[in-house]
Amino acid sequence: MQLPDAETLCRQLAAQMRPHVTPDTVLVGIHTGGVWLAERLQQELGLTQPPGAIDVSFYRDDYGARGLHPQPQRTEIPFAVEGAPVIIVDDVLYTGRTTRAALNELFDFGRPARVELAVLVDRGDRELPIAARYCALTLPESLPASQNLQLEREEDGTLTLRLIDA
Amino acid sequence: MRNPQLNKHGELQHLLTLDGLPRDVITAILDTAAPFTEVAEREVKKLPLLRGKSIFNLFFENSTRTRTTFEIAAKRLSADVVNLNVSTSSAAKGESLLDTVDNLCAMQADMFVVRHAASGAPVLIAQHLQATARDHIHVVNAGDGRHAHPTQGLLDMYTIRHYKRDFSNLVIAIVGDVLHSRVARSQIAALTTLGVPEIRVIGPRTLLPTDVERLGVRVFHDMSAGLKDVDVVMMLRLQNERMNGALLPTPQEYYKMWGLTQEKLALAHPDAIVMHPGPMNRGVEIDSAVADGAQAVILPQVTFGIAVRMAVMSMLAGQ
Amino acid sequence: MRIQIAKGRVIDPANQVDRVQDVYIADGRVVGLGSAPAGFEADRHIDADGLVVCPGLIDIAARLREPGFEYLATLETEMEAAMAGGITSLAIPPDTDPVLDEPGLVEMLCYRAKKLNRAHIYPVGALTLGLKGERLSEMAELVEAGCVAFSQANVPIVDNMVLMRAMQYAATFGFRVWLQPIAPFLARGGYAHDGEVASRLGLPGIPVAAETVALYTYLQLAKITGAKLHVTRLSSAAGLALVDQARAEGMDVSCDVSINHLHLSDMDIGYFNANCHLVPPLRSNRDREALVQGLAEGRINAVCSDHTPVDDDGKQTPFSESEAGATGMELLLPLTLKWAAEAKLPLVQALARITSDAAAIVGITKAGHLAAGARADVCVFDPAAYTTVSREALKSQGKNTPFLGLELPGQVRYTLVEGQVMYGG
Repeated sequence: MQLPDAETLCRQLAAQMRPHVTPDTVLVGIHTGGVWLAERLQQELGLTQPPGAIDVSFYRDDYGARGLHPQPQRTEIPFAVEGAPVIIVDDVLYTGRTTRAALNELFDFGRPARVELAVLVDRGDRELPIAARYCALTLPESLPASQNLQLEREEDGTLTLRLIDA
Repeated sequence: MRNPQLNKHGELQHLLTLDGLPRDVITAILDTAAPFTEVAEREVKKLPLLRGKSIFNLFFENSTRTRTTFEIAAKRLSADVVNLNVSTSSAAKGESLLDTVDNLCAMQADMFVVRHAASGAPVLIAQHLQATARDHIHVVNAGDGRHAHPTQGLLDMYTIRHYKRDFSNLVIAIVGDVLHSRVARSQIAALTTLGVPEIRVIGPRTLLPTDVERLGVRVFHDMSAGLKDVDVVMMLRLQNERMNGALLPTPQEYYKMWGLTQEKLALAHPDAIVMHPGPMNRGVEIDSAVADGAQAVILPQVTFGIAVRMAVMSMLAGQ
Repeated sequence: MRIQIAKGRVIDPANQVDRVQDVYIADGRVVGLGSAPAGFEADRHIDADGLVVCPGLIDIAARLREPGFEYLATLETEMEAAMAGGITSLAIPPDTDPVLDEPGLVEMLCYRAKKLNRAHIYPVGALTLGLKGERLSEMAELVEAGCVAFSQANVPIVDNMVLMRAMQYAATFGFRVWLQPIAPFLARGGYAHDGEVASRLGLPGIPVAAETVALYTYLQLAKITGAKLHVTRLSSAAGLALVDQARAEGMDVSCDVSINHLHLSDMDIGYFNANCHLVPPLRSNRDREALVQGLAEGRINAVCSDHTPVDDDGKQTPFSESEAGATGMELLLPLTLKWAAEAKLPLVQALARITSDAAAIVGITKAGHLAAGARADVCVFDPAAYTTVSREALKSQGKNTPFLGLELPGQVRYTLVEGQVMYGG
């Protein structure tokens, strides 16, 4: 399958978000693809506050079945969540469980004014009632569950989408 | 005989001792602990990982401080914690260790954190659980006799890694009553597994175990010689009972020969860190000036200890 | 009953016999070897083709747990174990409850054993009352009641003056004194051999000095008092060296080793296996090898089971809280055969350690050999058949063996006591 160009999608996503972003808007990216995307969006949107980064390993709902993720990363939120307008940023929206975990974790830091979701690609097959306010591309057809669609970052900072076997 | 810590797939089922624990498992625990350290800085100091799980602190030997850190760690993972101070309950009435364990299993325990005065007690419990097909219940050794205190050893390794990064070029000294110390045995096991090139034990002959060199350490009786150019000084607590049993004459002589003073610390590397598992006997094994000084990392050890215990419990309960 | 044991390989160490021949038994005695006595007609034939026929085994240390510890084992259960193990004579240590320091008690024990009509028992009396190491026991009366020697079991006498007097008194009569070398203060608080394994596992150690210091004292006192000393359950190379040295200086002293110390070392404790909690402790592999060698050369006179049944409550506890001891009568023969293979010793020499040599230590003359006129205590076994040691297979009430799961050679097919088949067939 021919994958779309992530750089282009990124600009399209920023364009969707720009009219709705204020100087107070804070971005929180979900490790790892969402963090790279959030960093790029911060630049594109001219936001001063660097984005926060969330690792959802400790909030996943499949811990009982699959155990702890082998390499959890650090969650770092360098701003006050209380009362803030937050946009959660992730590379791919799929079942919605990652977003739910991120929401749960975010709320342990404080009570945001509101939370919106921005994703590069929506691959459908939702299992929870979650929707992205901002989305650069919705895939017309489902991908097989055995395949992972994810964002990767080259050494020179270029973002690309890759499809790999799960 | 299978290592009772591992299940039939070679995964960590219990944490009983650092002796024989593979290097990649130790490293994975340290890596997992890192993200847990920032939970303490959040407004809601809780993660939902062990929600609905029951952790029983089974302490046959009194220890408020260790029990408290395990309790805090468990609660930060949203687990339910039950504290059993067995000296006041059934064991005092003659109930056997395994009967006590069976009773608690009947109360749907998911994990036992066990401290016992007899070396090997947590191993016995783990073997019993395996023999009775209760593989979903995990055992964490919180200290058994002189044998092991694996979470202490792990948090000490975490501390060293935090301040020194690379284990492969360190000189580390363990000072004091190694003979009676489960902490020292766990430290030695972890340090050798992690590839520390020189591990020294410093103390009088009466406080060093027979054939201790075979555990992979260099023996020093003279503290000045032993501390020279050392990067990490790990102090051990001296218990008052050691004067009985003819192991030592007085705390005063012990302090003179093996107490850590600023003068003696100056013989070590200028960037050396000073560690102590606590509680400290100020003026016996360590000077207040050193304990409160810039090189001491004793309080950070406590903070790291909670994160390490959270990591251990999460990794076991997720099996 | 007249019995013919046919075509067996008769091994009689006392008479240096290793030959395929028939054995003829009548009226509880061996009446012929090789060819039948005149007019002999067997009531029963035992086909021993491919099997070894040897004197009934003699175990010089087996705790039957009566009187006092009947919850652990009884004479009934342990006699069955003895028969299954081919053991027809056994010596009992005095650490029963009450201790074997009362002539009436010893008589009752002998009477009970006789009524059961299984193995012969040879009680070893307490050297001091209650084994307390303070007052002498009535040694002359105890010998009359049936005791063959005196010992302190695993409870050493602390006051050396008392020990010396006890040995002196025993020497008055020429009574044998069997002593376990344990220096009380050096062994105090220890559970395992003081070495790398104990250090690693955090188990308080018992140094070799606890054996050698005590042993040297016993040897000196035996020399001074003239007591007939037998050293029980050697555990170290250094201990054996002291015995060698005493013999070199002309002293008449004997010693034994247990099957456990011939095959196991402190490494076998593994993950705190309480079945390896023994007195004396299992020591290093080098000590074990010295004991293997010493027994092969006869410098150690005999091997015994040191049979000590302990129930699960006593073993399923942390190592230092567990009761010491291992069950073993049924493993005496298999483990002796295994040792013989390791030491490359021919059976006619190896079996001496559990027949004629053991008999000499106890003072038995009528058994332990198969010459004409001997008491017909016989063991018939298959040296090539293997059994896996398991709780279910053991007849002893004690299932506490460190050899669980091991495959061992030597299956007893028949055990005869005074010409009666007590096991097999």
